[in-house]
Amino acid sequence: MFAYIVRRLLYAIPILIGVNLLTFTLFFVVNTPDDMAVSQLGEKYVTPEAIENWKKKNGYDKPLFVNADASGTSQLTDTIFFNKSVRLFAFDFGRSESGRDITTDVSTRMWPSLAVALPTFIVGIGVNITIALMVVMFHATRLDRGAVFLFVALMSISYLFYIIGGQYLVAKSWRLVPVSGFVPEGQVWRFLVLPVMVGVIAGIGAGARWYRTLFLEEANQDYVRTARAKGCSELTILFKHILPNAMIPILTGVVVLIPTLFMGSLLIESFFGIPGLGSYMLDAINSQDFAIVRSMVFIGSILYILGLILTDISYTLADPRVRLS
Amino acid sequence: MKAALRFAALLAAISLAIGLTSGCSEGPWNDPNPSSPPNKITYQSVMTPAPPKHLDTALSYATDEALFLMQIYEPPLGYHFLKRPYELIPQSVEQLPEVTYLDKDGAPVDLESGEVAYTRYQMTVRPEAHYQPHPAFAVDASGEPLYLFSTAQEGARFHQVPDFPELGSRPVQAGDFVYAIKRLADPVLGSPMLGLMGQYIVGMKEFSDRIDEEPRERWLDLRQYEMTGLEIIDDQTFSITINGRYPQFIYWLAMHFFSPIAPEVDRFYKNPGFVDRNLTLDWWPVGAGPFMMVKNNPNTEIVLEKNPNYRPDFYPTEGEQGDAEAGFLDDAGKRLPFIDRAVFRLEKTVLPLWTKFLQGYYDRSGEVRGNTNRVFDQAFVVGPDGLELTEELRGHDITVSQDVKPGMYYYGFNMRDPVIGGYTDERRKLRRALQIAFDLEEYINIFYKGNGIAGMSPIPPGIPGFMDGEAGINPYVYDWVDGKAQRKPIEHAKQLMIEAGYPNGRNAVTGEPLKIFIDVQSQAMNNTTMNWITRTFSQIGVQVEYRPADWNRTREKLLTGNTQIFSHGWIADYPDPENFLFLLSSSESPLICECDGANNANYDSREYDDLFEQMRLEPSGPARDKIISRMIDLYQKDAIWLYTFFPKDNYLNNAWVSNTKRHGITPGNLKYLRIDPEHRAERQAQWNQPVTWPLYAGAILLLLLLLPGVIAYRRRLKATATH
Amino acid sequence: MKVVVLWSDALIFLLAISLVVFFFQLRKDPQIRARWQQVFSSRLGMMTFTVIIAYVSVALLDSMHFRVALENPDGLETQEVFYDNNVTSVLDVLSGGMGERFERTYSAPFALKSFEKQTLQDEMGRTVRDFPQLKHAGVHLESPQDKWADVGQRSLYALLMGAALSLLIILPQWLLLRNSPLPWYASWAVQGILISAAVWMVSISRYYHVLGTDLGGADVLYQTMKGIRTGVLLGTLSTLIMLPIAVTLGIAAGYFKGWVDDVVQYLYITLSSIPGILLIAASVLLFQVYIDINPDFFSIGMEKADAKFIALCFILGVTSWSTLCRLIRAETLKISQLGYVQAAHAFGVSHVRILWRHILPNVVHIILITFVLDFSALVLAEAVLSYIGVGIDPSMGSWGNMINGARTELSREPVIWWTLAGAFLFMFVLVLAANLFSDLVRDAFDPRTSLRRSEA
Repeated sequence: MFAYIVRRLLYAIPILIGVNLLTFTLFFVVNTPDDMAVSQLGEKYVTPEAIENWKKKNGYDKPLFVNADASGTSQLTDTIFFNKSVRLFAFDFGRSESGRDITTDVSTRMWPSLAVALPTFIVGIGVNITIALMVVMFHATRLDRGAVFLFVALMSISYLFYIIGGQYLVAKSWRLVPVSGFVPEGQVWRFLVLPVMVGVIAGIGAGARWYRTLFLEEANQDYVRTARAKGCSELTILFKHILPNAMIPILTGVVVLIPTLFMGSLLIESFFGIPGLGSYMLDAINSQDFAIVRSMVFIGSILYILGLILTDISYTLADPRVRLS
Repeated sequence: MKAALRFAALLAAISLAIGLTSGCSEGPWNDPNPSSPPNKITYQSVMTPAPPKHLDTALSYATDEALFLMQIYEPPLGYHFLKRPYELIPQSVEQLPEVTYLDKDGAPVDLESGEVAYTRYQMTVRPEAHYQPHPAFAVDASGEPLYLFSTAQEGARFHQVPDFPELGSRPVQAGDFVYAIKRLADPVLGSPMLGLMGQYIVGMKEFSDRIDEEPRERWLDLRQYEMTGLEIIDDQTFSITINGRYPQFIYWLAMHFFSPIAPEVDRFYKNPGFVDRNLTLDWWPVGAGPFMMVKNNPNTEIVLEKNPNYRPDFYPTEGEQGDAEAGFLDDAGKRLPFIDRAVFRLEKTVLPLWTKFLQGYYDRSGEVRGNTNRVFDQAFVVGPDGLELTEELRGHDITVSQDVKPGMYYYGFNMRDPVIGGYTDERRKLRRALQIAFDLEEYINIFYKGNGIAGMSPIPPGIPGFMDGEAGINPYVYDWVDGKAQRKPIEHAKQLMIEAGYPNGRNAVTGEPLKIFIDVQSQAMNNTTMNWITRTFSQIGVQVEYRPADWNRTREKLLTGNTQIFSHGWIADYPDPENFLFLLSSSESPLICECDGANNANYDSREYDDLFEQMRLEPSGPARDKIISRMIDLYQKDAIWLYTFFPKDNYLNNAWVSNTKRHGITPGNLKYLRIDPEHRAERQAQWNQPVTWPLYAGAILLLLLLLPGVIAYRRRLKATATH
Repeated sequence: MKVVVLWSDALIFLLAISLVVFFFQLRKDPQIRARWQQVFSSRLGMMTFTVIIAYVSVALLDSMHFRVALENPDGLETQEVFYDNNVTSVLDVLSGGMGERFERTYSAPFALKSFEKQTLQDEMGRTVRDFPQLKHAGVHLESPQDKWADVGQRSLYALLMGAALSLLIILPQWLLLRNSPLPWYASWAVQGILISAAVWMVSISRYYHVLGTDLGGADVLYQTMKGIRTGVLLGTLSTLIMLPIAVTLGIAAGYFKGWVDDVVQYLYITLSSIPGILLIAASVLLFQVYIDINPDFFSIGMEKADAKFIALCFILGVTSWSTLCRLIRAETLKISQLGYVQAAHAFGVSHVRILWRHILPNVVHIILITFVLDFSALVLAEAVLSYIGVGIDPSMGSWGNMINGARTELSREPVIWWTLAGAFLFMFVLVLAANLFSDLVRDAFDPRTSLRRSEA
């Protein structure tokens, strides 16, 4: 297993290089370092000298991929791409184009993201499983069909409406919680109630429907019928038989998501003014801050790969028949 | 059944928990602000939409940043808080600068002599001006600086400025002003002022080149190098010499670029390893102004506190007409500042900002951005009798501060364009027809809720040279009817189109319909506006095509003259007509000067240029107004811009905030602001009574949803039992 | 008149035609036929399918573009014909000029007066501030009190017309299909409702603004209708564009294995490991700038907006490409182990033939399921992308742009809710129908679920 993990981690390296190359190409096909300088320098009195100065200061005064002026390996190493990428692999994200230290920013902004994403994730799973179990009890009745229809209807509402509606009703009309914001010291929960609630409710449709399917799959297995024939009560069947067995697909399904929780939710964070990584990304896109975008893509990829590895491991833990090779 | 009971118990527990926690927490449930020290008067404000990028006086050139810099630093000059038109007053110096004209050998000459080669500005620093307490000034028993490290290790335990236990201070000296100007010239810093001031301040460019050659390991003591135009006469007195005459230079002295910077502060921040922890002057400004920065978290908030060493400064005792009635003189003669602490919370979007303001959690609706983002103006409309507030706002006793910034939005014609540009009579008529067809008043009413003034010339109200009434109207576009400017009827535009060779918008020779191209920045354009403009021009048969692009692309098009009609804006640096009229000077045309010029219309008129040169040097007065009036005539005759308007910003103040008069130029007025915290607490509590029925309704709904489940489940149990 | 064929128009018609052909091809296969029968034998399937078809028809009508020729001005003789810069669609014509009735600014649904005060002259010539009368709402009324009576009367009339039209359309269907075992009556009911509603909207909107007007005074109902095309096209074209890549690579990886498989896997892991939103945003910006740099490719603004739209479809396709590719790869792996494929190998049948005859037909159901499943997700994604600012070009009507623009209107007192409500309603109905339908399709085609169904 250890060997397996090491191999997977090594396999991640070419993927990360590919990711980096792609981001780089995408960004610089349309943006020249001059463009970046102009957008960072503002709109008044932007002289060519100032642009050159900015490029030099931020390390964009070199060729992008191939340095024809240099000799030997430095043809490839004395370039923007090499200089900016190599440091990423050492987890040195450098400074954003506006001059802030990205590592510091990421490590401080990670926590608000988690503070929203983790409760949403856990409460969401709890609520969805509870609802799904209730619905499963009424399988093949009108109630079940009605519930499934409701799930689909909930799924069909744009996420934006949940946020806008939630904010409008709970925060603005009923004044139960702050409209937005995040104060780490003191009563953080007041700021988290609404985003978490919105996140959970928005996820009910898809989530509960998925769990329902999983449970039904289990409910149709032979062992459940046997249990029922033996005269086990419905509750016993549900909690002793169906739930534990359905845990395997549930577990493997959600484990892949855990690392990405760090990245936060773009929409929730920007609507609720939570200074997490999601809004960090959005700001970076809007201000075309390449250093941040590059770093976030890198972190996102690592977390994704981590999620895949974790999933594989959780398979072996949940189901001893699976062996990693 | 057990499960149901358990669930009911859980619900009860949850509701109990909600009840308990709400009972425990003080104040309204929806208070979004962190608690602030009870013994200090705290002003709750916002920074929006982004945190400042630069807080170094040499680097920053944005109003959002000036908001902070102007509270922390005190430039030599400032503006009178109340008087209009804008009036310069001495701030960190004792008097307005003493101006001497020099000939090319440096000997004083008379202004009229015609031999003026240089102008010298001499100023004396106020002796009572002191810097804020700061570790950079801390010294040990022997007078040596306490925090001067040779390795990164030594200072590694300090992460923020508040981490340093020992603080110090010292009086502001003449050398600090000189040091600040030298920093502007430092090529490594890359100040936007270098290019601009380098043309004026004697020896600045040479100084910059000289510094560039120096090896830079760490801090470079700029005091060792001389700049010809700067002179330290004694501890209190210094002078700046500029090339030729530039009467507007004095306005620059009221901007943060010229605030004093203590060399030891610069040295302190150059300690090894400091930059990696954002311990820089760009992050932690140090000044002698009324406030100092105590917290800088760009992700959430910036906190300023009263500078205990601030010089004695008092509320003005006189203002313009009406100020006394408006209550702006109630605090006359009192010691400044009134507030102890100012918290600026980051709000990226306007909607929550607006809601929180209405809930009383922000004292004002904004600092440097008014209603331009089109959200606040949803609450009021500007009618002929002033603001028409909605019911809700009226109950809040909100006051409104209007602010006409010395700035404008405009759509310019590219005078070099083969279709609509040029100086022939036909082209002028074509442009005038377009001007008339574009119903600017309606445009402002719809898209800016009436918060704007249609511009007759590039000079906004409040600036010398602005003309009101009949004399001020653009006679080619407006008629003077019943004491009001009235846009000429659309028939007139149609007639002009015929005369211009485009009857009904069709080329009289080929029959081809006239299509105009408008270059806009994508973010500044939406479907509604585009549709409206398209409809407007369809009245005279002209078709419109938009070419939206991002700022970089737009800038490129402007610089290469590759536009037909372009949208642009301008915010002046200082309240002088020169700073507006230069927008049409040919030396500013990017196609002529091959620089980043501001005359994007590429207007090129000898007559205008000559008048501009005269106007620049002329002191304010009737003679100057006359020249300006002639320049405006040219602007109107040649129809250079499709339209221009001066946006009016509305800032709303909650009832407990006083001394809120807006100053169009400087944001450094926090020291005048007074708030009544008791009144605020009272109102906040009153406005934020939570509506609790949805909580109970939600709980009951949950139970109701569970109930049929439980019942059905029991039935099913029974069924299986009997089975 | 000059017909304008935008790229997206061409693609959507191509898609529509190929889908029809595809279905007729599939009819030959009894197994697949049985599965479709299963989908359509439920009333829900019939109803949702009808709703989807209705949306698609509107989108198709809105995809037939033309430019009106301008009349020659008086006294000018020229052979050349010039065309209006504005592109009109058949839908615009059918809607009876709904999009041409502009007010000054906001007005509420069925309102007679503007939402905002304006300086007016009363009969005495005095200046007053009041809500002005709308130009295109209730102008025929003698007194404002009659409004609701008038609305009721006209609605009744319109509904009767709608019923008549429905009858006209449903009758031939009934004659043809009355003996079919499928529940056609469900479809007819929906058809009747939709047609009546459409007739009602078009006829009543001549006299009132059914969903009010927006900031610029444009009819909100009209804008919402224009959003249909964007939504439907985005949902379908994205999948269409990515289909060839995903299918080719997926089959290639599963069939040839070895290094091909490695490369394809590397590609899709790399792509899917990039946070989706960042990839989309970066690519959209790329395309936008590219289009901005090359303005000469497009003669009218609409073509430029259309190019951006296609680019967006393409990007959305590419980012969702990896899922389909992975599924197809897995399926191909499984199929190529099957006996008859091995046998074909043994007989020396060429790769191309094996792929074409044995592999491709057996992965079609995956493509189909992905197609319907992705549809609703893509429609919803558009709204989010517009919020981030990388969505549809603002000159093209879309629900996302409407929602994004309407967010701030909620903070007004009194609230302006109609723009949001309009976009919400139209979007919700489409996505709901698509979701329900895709459930049925999946149930019918996914071997796993159909297996489960037979057990239950």
